[in-house]
Amino acid sequence: MHDFVQHIINGISLGSIYALIALGYTMVYGILKMINFAHSDVYMIGAFAAYYVARWLGIEAQPGIASLLMLILVSMLACGFLGFLIERFAYRPLRKAPKLNILITAIGVSLFLQYSGQVVFGADPKVFPEVMTDYVLLTFGPVELRSFDLTVLGVSLVAMLCLEFLIKKTKVGRAMRAVSSNALVASMLGVNTDKIIAFTFVVGSSLAGVGSVLVGMKYPKIDPLMGMMIGLKAFVAAVLGGIGNIGGAVLGALIMGLSEEMVVAYLSSTYRDAFAFGILIVILIFKPAGLLGKYSVEKV
Amino acid sequence: MSSPLLTVDRLEVFYGAIHALKGISFQVQAGEIVSLIGANGAGKTTTLRAISGLAPSKGVITFDSQNLATHKSFQRVSLGIAQSPEGRGIFPEMSVLENLEMGAYSRKDKSGIKKDLELCFELFPRLKERMAQIAGTLSGGEQQMVAISRAIMCKPKLLLLDEPSLGLAPLIVAQIFEILKKLNQEGMTVLLVEQNARMALKISHRAYVLETGKIVLEDSAANLLNNDEVRKSYLGV
Repeated sequence: MHDFVQHIINGISLGSIYALIALGYTMVYGILKMINFAHSDVYMIGAFAAYYVARWLGIEAQPGIASLLMLILVSMLACGFLGFLIERFAYRPLRKAPKLNILITAIGVSLFLQYSGQVVFGADPKVFPEVMTDYVLLTFGPVELRSFDLTVLGVSLVAMLCLEFLIKKTKVGRAMRAVSSNALVASMLGVNTDKIIAFTFVVGSSLAGVGSVLVGMKYPKIDPLMGMMIGLKAFVAAVLGGIGNIGGAVLGALIMGLSEEMVVAYLSSTYRDAFAFGILIVILIFKPAGLLGKYSVEKV
Repeated sequence: MSSPLLTVDRLEVFYGAIHALKGISFQVQAGEIVSLIGANGAGKTTTLRAISGLAPSKGVITFDSQNLATHKSFQRVSLGIAQSPEGRGIFPEMSVLENLEMGAYSRKDKSGIKKDLELCFELFPRLKERMAQIAGTLSGGEQQMVAISRAIMCKPKLLLLDEPSLGLAPLIVAQIFEILKKLNQEGMTVLLVEQNARMALKISHRAYVLETGKIVLEDSAANLLNNDEVRKSYLGV
């Protein structure tokens, strides 16, 4: 039983990292109806940006929450800027092209980042500097709440609440929802859709930046292909929740994180990935719109 | 007469190989209600889309003595062109209020926005009752009211309306046309596209009849209502 509670804590912690990445997939899908396969590699670049800045500033000598927040900011800026460039130069010229062309371009951008990463950063894994010390914060009997898990949870929660506020309560958020719902009508009402789409890429990418630093902190081994598996799982999480649906992405990510943790704990770690993609297959068969996704019905 | 609010000169639109508009020219004077009537596929909606900058067009569209060619579609709203599109195009997941606020997207005059919101609620009291309701759950007529109100919230000099009667019960249609007339009496210029030619002609000052991408007839609405050709083809009498 104690183990179970411990696994729940770990699962939620892992799930909230998936959520940060899944949000980027789902936001871009929501607004452009495309899967941005380069998203997971933007996440990778974020981890490396934080890595190099951390080394440059010698952050290992002064671990703590301030260092963590600074690296998160660095990674958010790097990812946001990269997301902006990708949208501007890879996807925008194809705005009116068939979906397949855009999909292939996304895969191309993804491969470009992965292999450029290997050339620039080297293919060997690097050890992410210790930005915070991990210690047991609280114990309830044998159940431990570690500082890393609490940090991961806290930071992701704040990031998601900010996103929620941005989308639901601000003018630009309303414009994002409008473009996502009907871009033609939005521009008829004076919305510069290109600007809103670029903004969506920046926001989604910078959330991946937050995730990359948290992962670097928790699993401190980074390499240019690190985005592939976590990106796929975050993508499955987004589909599971109903792609295009913000709340769905978070829900899907938590389910993914928890189930992965449980599979490792009670079955075998060998099945971890199989289970994740098993979920994708089951969802696509029985509820292709995802848990919270809806088929929209238009009144005529 | 002063120069027209809207002048469309030899407007042509191609959708791929389809020549949807074959060089039409017309004007709308400030204060008028002008209708474009015609059958399906005549090019009515295409004309409105070209004026809003959403269809690739040739020819010159002048609005308020500015050539629209240099204005992208989202910039035309600030010039004073608002459209309530065909099929209403409301944002179904947003509340009624949010839909209306989207109409005021390009505006910064807070007090003016509030005033126009009051105006919309005055014109369509039903919307005030349903302010917080998700727009997708409204009835078709209510959705049409949202679409028109949203366009009013743009504070346009020219209101483009695409098929406001489509799919609505006759009673609602009559209500909506009554409100359009009222809006016009208060100074709003309206360019109306309608299949319901009788309703459109009744409230319009002038009208143009479109047939397969060309204007075949133009006259005052009263004359067109009595024109034999029009009566046979579009009024069904």
